[in-house]
Order: sequence, then C-alpha cells, then structure tokens
Amino acid sequence: MIKELTKGIFKENPIFIIVLGLCPALGVSTKVINALGMGAGVIFVLLCSNILVSLLKDFIPDKVRIPSYIVIIASFVTIVEMVMQAYSPALYKNLGVFVPLIVVNCIILGRAEAFANKNSIIPSIFDALGMGIGFTLGLLLIALIRETFASGTITLFKMGSFNGIITIPGLVDSPVRIIGMAAGALLVMGYLKAFFNWYTTRK
Amino acid sequence: MSYIGIIITYVFISNFILTQFLGMCPFIGVSKNVESAVGMGFAVTFVMGLASLVTWAIQYYVLVPFNIVFLQTITFILVIAALVQFVEMVIQKIAPPLYKALGIYLPLITTNCAVLGIALISVRSSYNAIESFIAGISGGLGFLLAILIMSTIREKLDSEDVPKVFRNIPIAFVTAGLMAMAFMAFDKVLLKNLIG
Repeated sequence: MIKELTKGIFKENPIFIIVLGLCPALGVSTKVINALGMGAGVIFVLLCSNILVSLLKDFIPDKVRIPSYIVIIASFVTIVEMVMQAYSPALYKNLGVFVPLIVVNCIILGRAEAFANKNSIIPSIFDALGMGIGFTLGLLLIALIRETFASGTITLFKMGSFNGIITIPGLVDSPVRIIGMAAGALLVMGYLKAFFNWYTTRK
Repeated sequence: MSYIGIIITYVFISNFILTQFLGMCPFIGVSKNVESAVGMGFAVTFVMGLASLVTWAIQYYVLVPFNIVFLQTITFILVIAALVQFVEMVIQKIAPPLYKALGIYLPLITTNCAVLGIALISVRSSYNAIESFIAGISGGLGFLLAILIMSTIREKLDSEDVPKVFRNIPIAFVTAGLMAMAFMAFDKVLLKNLIG
C-alpha cells in the first residue's frame, strides 16, 4: 500500500520521470502560490476520479470507457472551478484557462486508464494521492526555482502579520527576468529533467 | 481586432506552444521525426479550426440561452471528443490516404490541451464566429510551425554528440527554450507597427 503512495512521489514522478501534465506544470509555475493552488486542484480531481472509476469499473462498458472517464473528470473539474471562483477569486484569475484545462491533464486520464480501472478502491486512493503529491511537488520545485530567480520572491499564503511574500535579498534588486518568461520555463524544465536522468542512472 | 491581427497573434506573438505551453505533450512526444510532426501538425490545425467554430456555436446557441454556462468545461470536452471521433470516421470514409497519414494522431488530439485551450480562449476573448474559426486555424498553424522547426532540429541532434543525461527529452526542452527566446522578438509592438 505504501508502495503505491511513494512510487508517484519519486520513482514514477509524473512530471519528471513519465513527463506528463506539462501544460499546467510550465504554465502556472511563475508563482509558488499558483503552483500550490493548481496542485490542490489536481489532487482533488485525481482522487475523486480514481475513486469513482474504480467503483464503476464493472459497470462501464469497455468500448465507451474513455468518454465516460472524461465526463467523470470534467464533472470534478467543474466543481473545482466553482469552489475556486467562490473562495479564492484571485487565484482563479491567476490560473486562468489552466483551471478548466485540468480536464485534459494527461495524468488524470492516464491514472484512470492505467490504474483505477484495474484495481479496487483502496489502492486507487493511494495511487491517486501519490501521483497527485508527486505532481504537486514537481510543480512546486519548478515554481520555486522560477519565482526565486525571476522576481526574487516566494509568494505564499497571508498569515497574521506575515504578508505572504518572502523576499530574497540580492535577487530582488537584480532578478533574472528570463526565467519567469516562457523561454525560462522550458530551460528550467530541460535542466531539471537532465538532473533527474542523471540521478536515476547514477548507480 | 482585424483578421490579420488574429492570425499574427496566434501564429507568432502568443504561439500556443512557445508562449502558452498548450499542447506541450504531443510537442515533445511526436517531434522525433519530421514526417510524423507534420502529420500531427495538420491534424491539430484541422481539429482546432473545427472545434473552435463548433464550440462557439454551442456557447452562444445552447449554453448562454439556457443559462448553463457553468457546464462549459464538460460540454466543450465532450463536443471535442465527439468531433475528433467524427472527423476520424469521415476521413477514413472519404479520404483513405489522408486517414493513413493522420489516422494515428487523431485519437491523441482529444487530450491535446491546445484544442480545449483555443475553444476556451476564443469564448473568453468574446470573438464572433469567423474570428473564432480564424483563431482556431492560426493556433493550429502556430503549433504546426513550432513542431516542424522542433522536429527538424531534433533530427539533426540525433547525429550530434549530446551528453548522455541530456539525450532525448531534456535537450528537446532546452531547444524549445531557445526557440521561445527567438519568438520573444514577436511582440505586441510588432503587431502595432504592422497593422496600426
């Protein structure tokens, strides 16, 4: 059981090892807080869709399984959209078109097809949690690097007297703007993937 | 915005891959050789044009009149999935050679973020029918342009001595990053100078 949980976090990390779900990984990684919001959305949708697919796997005819999965996923994405719009409009505005695009995040459909329709509910829950957390950690890593270098800040939640923004001395005054732009995202992703290749083949 | 403005915007200035990261998975996955990249590019262009037109009609003739815009995401993805299936069947029936060339890429397009992306972006920019269609086609052409350049570079890279850890996917990302830097030359100022 623990194996299902941990495999998504490192050994089969969706972003760096399987290389899926790239659009949101690169698109929303300009700020740490956006990455956290996106990660939470994806974990929720992944968890719910995995549970539902594993419960319904005996009732869905094989031929229409992909459209059925898409409907299940799209319903949960709509819930996420509405909740985010109601409770965190600023985040919803920042993530923009990437919130509805969770529907076509290959990780979610991929887990429904590759795992949840073959396994019972408990392993599916652990699989979803592991993959979701792995995706979020990957996203966070990219966002941390990009925000730190591109604006010299790390944006988190507002808590009490803490205004939610950590500033890094030195980088704030002379940031590396290119990392925050599209080109920087692709370069950071390339170097991180190379690092993971090196790390996994090192032994 | 004029039609030419829309074309320039979606092909160059906000190229779907190189500035908005939509359609990244097929861009990295299917760009290993030029032939399949071109096939994928045309298939995406075709579906994006159709999808943005059809979703425009759905938005303004079904979702808005019945006041069910909150069902937008579900409806759009279902329409796109059905459309892809339909296009696949039609092409198979009337143009077997074309089906042979594009066939294997069509099922992959349903989960291409670029298609759902253009549908949502067209609606959010409140384009009319023709503008949506043009935006869809130009978004697809931008994808075709990027994946064509990318696959040509990757074919050349095959014969180069790339460090082992950078082989395949990492070097593809770095290449895409450099391409994105080149595309930064296309910005709104350029559009302003071109069409005023």
